[in-house]
Parts: sequence; C-alpha cells; structure tokens
Amino acid sequence: MPTIEVKDLSKTFRSRERTTAALIDVNLVIEQNEFITLVGPSGCGKSTLLKIIGGLIRPTQGSLTYDGHAVDRPQRSVGIVFQEPALLPWRSVLDNILLPAEILGLGMDESRKYALELIELTGLTGFEAHDPHELSGGMQQRVAICRSLISKPAVLLMDEPFAALDAMTREDLGLELLRIWDQDKKTVIFVTHSVPEAILLADRVVAMSARPGRIAKIIDINLPRPRTLDVEFVDGFRDYSVQVRSVIDQGQKRGTAKAAVS
Amino acid sequence: MPIVTLLCLIAIWEALVRWFGIQSWLLPAPSEIGRMAIEWRRELAWHSAVTLYETAVGFGLSLLVGIPLAVAVVYSRILQNTIYPILLALQSMPKVAIAPLLTLWIGFGALPKIIVVFLVCFFPIVVATTSGLATVRPVFLELVQSLCATSLQVFIKVRFPSAMPSIFVGMKIAITLAVIGAVIGEFVGAQDGLGYLILISSTQSRTALAFAALVLLTLMSIVLYYAIEILEHFVAPWGARR
Repeated sequence: MPTIEVKDLSKTFRSRERTTAALIDVNLVIEQNEFITLVGPSGCGKSTLLKIIGGLIRPTQGSLTYDGHAVDRPQRSVGIVFQEPALLPWRSVLDNILLPAEILGLGMDESRKYALELIELTGLTGFEAHDPHELSGGMQQRVAICRSLISKPAVLLMDEPFAALDAMTREDLGLELLRIWDQDKKTVIFVTHSVPEAILLADRVVAMSARPGRIAKIIDINLPRPRTLDVEFVDGFRDYSVQVRSVIDQGQKRGTAKAAVS
Repeated sequence: MPIVTLLCLIAIWEALVRWFGIQSWLLPAPSEIGRMAIEWRRELAWHSAVTLYETAVGFGLSLLVGIPLAVAVVYSRILQNTIYPILLALQSMPKVAIAPLLTLWIGFGALPKIIVVFLVCFFPIVVATTSGLATVRPVFLELVQSLCATSLQVFIKVRFPSAMPSIFVGMKIAITLAVIGAVIGEFVGAQDGLGYLILISSTQSRTALAFAALVLLTLMSIVLYYAIEILEHFVAPWGARR
C-alpha cells in the first residue's frame, strides 16, 4: 500500500498571454494511512497539488511516486471527492455510488452489498432509490463520499469537499469522515481553506502559501483520537490554530509585498 | 386559459363572417369549416395519415442519421472542419427550391416528401446533439477520468446521457419544422397528403375544406410536439428540471 512521495515538484500553467507558477518546489512524503490536510489561501495551488497527486494533472517538473513507482495518470487505488458532489442526475443514489464499480469492472453483487453498507454508515438508508436533486447538499456530498469509497481505495483525495456546505453540516460530515476513517484506515489527503477543519481532521497539516504556491510549513497535530468537536476547546488546538494561521498570513504578506513591488 | 381565448376568437370570427355576409369561398365561417370537416372526414383522415407518415419517417430518418453524425463530429476534428460547412450550406438552401428537383428526380411518391422532411429536421438535430455532447460538465469528465474510464465508457456513462436534454431540444424544434417540410413537399407535386388537399381545394374554391386541412395540420404539429415532450419526461426528465 502506497507511501506517496512528491519530489521537487513544480507546476506552471501556460496560456497565450502569460505563464503562471501554480506550485514551486513542493516536497512531501505521505505515509500509509495518514490523514493529511492541505490548507492555505485561495490561489496557493492546494487543489492543483491534489489533482497532481491524483494523476489528473501532470506536473511541469519533479516526480510523483506511489511506493517508489512513478505515477502520471489516475490510479485504481485512488478515490476522489470533489468540491461539488458531481452526482449524475440520471442515476439514483445507489446507482451513483455504483458508478466506479461499473467502470472499474468490480463484482457487482459484492459492490451492491458494500454500497448498502456505506449507505447505512452515512445515514442515507431509505434514500437509495432517490434522485440526487431530491437530496440536500450535505446528503449529496455523503453520496459522493460513498461513491469514492465503493472501490475500497487505499488513498482518498478530497478537494474542499465540504466548502459548499453550511457550518453545521460541515462539522457533522467532518466527524463522520473521521469515524469512517477510524473504522477503515486509509491514506486521506484533504484540501480545505478552513484552519479549524484542517486541524480537527489531520495527523499533519500542510500549510501552504500563495503566489507562487509552496509548502510553508508542515505541522504535526498531536491531539488525541477519536476526536470530537470538544477538541476545539483544548489549549493545544488553539496553539495549532495560531501556528497555522501565522504561517499562512506570513505567506500572504510576502505575496502581497511582492505583488506591490512588481 | 388558452382554450378560452381560442374559443373567443372563433366566436368573433363566426360573428364577423355572418354580420358582413362574407362569401364562403373567400373566408368560411368556423361552423362551415366544421361542417365540411365532418362531410369530408374519410378523405381528411386518409390525407392526414399520408402526411403523418411522411413527417414521421422523415423525422425518424433525421434522428437515425443526425445523431450518429453529431457523435462523429464531436470526436473528430477533421469531420468537424469538413462536414460542418457542408451542413451549413445545406441548411442555407431554401427547401422550397429543392422540393421540385426532388420530384423531378424521384417522382410523385412519398419519398421526395420524406427527403424534404429529413432535410429540414436534420440540421437542428445535428447542431443540438453536437452542442449537447460538447458541453458536458467538466467535473463529470474529471470524475470518470479519475476512474480510468475508456472513451467508450465516458461516452455511454456520461457524455450521451448529458446530451439527452439537448437532443430533445433539437427534436422539439425539428418536429415543428417536419410538418411544414411535408407540406412543402406535397405542394410541389403530390397525389395525396394534407398539403395536396389544401392546394386542390383552394384552386377549386372549396376554401372551407382547405381550412379544415389547415386546422388538422396545426393539430398534428401540436400533438407531435407534446408527444416528444412526454417522451422526454420519461426518457430524460433531468433536462426539464434544470
């Protein structure tokens, strides 16, 4: 099972008018079953980094390896959850969850059984036959999470999956995700722009700064698990918040200063 | 509400014709049209069936050819550059001008009418299908791409279902044109069909019969349009929800 290694990675986007450096000199080693959050201001390249790790975008420079093997395309062992649920409107909840099983050619009977387990685990029981538009935003994102888990991926990539949800739904889903992860450990890389969310979930927080996007600091979060919302009232939590925020703020100030000069 | 408006208009029409004593060959009263329709119901039914047949076959053919062609255009840059200009040229040609040629080449049967119907339906269907296939939400494509889907899987599971609402838009535009296409074909040279009936009865000053045929044509268009809408409701209900 993969240890993911990102080495000297850079990404520039070229359009006719300009080239933009999205990521510069990113080095990151992610251990198996680690819960990593990437946090930073918008434009820091955190989503780009996630997509590169998922093999959806190729880096301009540097390498990405899973267990030492170079990776340049999407892997079967990786599940992805996007910011929007991206549920196919012509499929029921159950059929949406089964989509990866169909495409990857997994056993359908077994997958159906597992899908029903996931539906129960995420509290969607009774909604199997519903169409996506009949569900609330939070429920839709639960379906998307089930869909990402159906292929039993070793790595789960989540690109601001709760960003479009209200604060309470967001906390609920975060804790739910932790519960699922506790039961069935896998490597999770989770992108967010919320500092508390990043700390609440993570083993390690990767704080990024913008323009150009780079890793500013990697902070180990030594808070006890299983975590609940009460964690946010522990002193340690506040210290981590201050730390992460100061790193991000510094990066932003530097970015603004540069922009002002140029 | 539209029915009430319609009834009012018909009543006004009837009243005006009676009040001013307008000759029936000039403008028949609705009651006269109704009487004529009942008297000629056998002929009207037969001619309607002919026109409906030409319309349905031509429309069906345009789907059968248009949708696969649109798929080919979306997947091939070369086809896109070569076929599209030809399609556009074809669309710009007035079908009224093509119809006599078709009659000259093929004769007076149903086939030239079917071809005219096909020609008028073809373009909206190709354009709508092409745009539907080309404008899939990027996140859907990213999703299946992340699952290492083959191009065939992408087409079957995402691209084509995504395009369905668009295809139905094209079909709705096409079906209203289809009936007109059939009538154009019949005007140019025919022995049956509602278009033929309109032409013959107006030259014979049987204006009421021409009006009856016209009403049937309109009804046919409306019924076909709603038939497609109902079909959409069952086949691709997610389109109407957006």
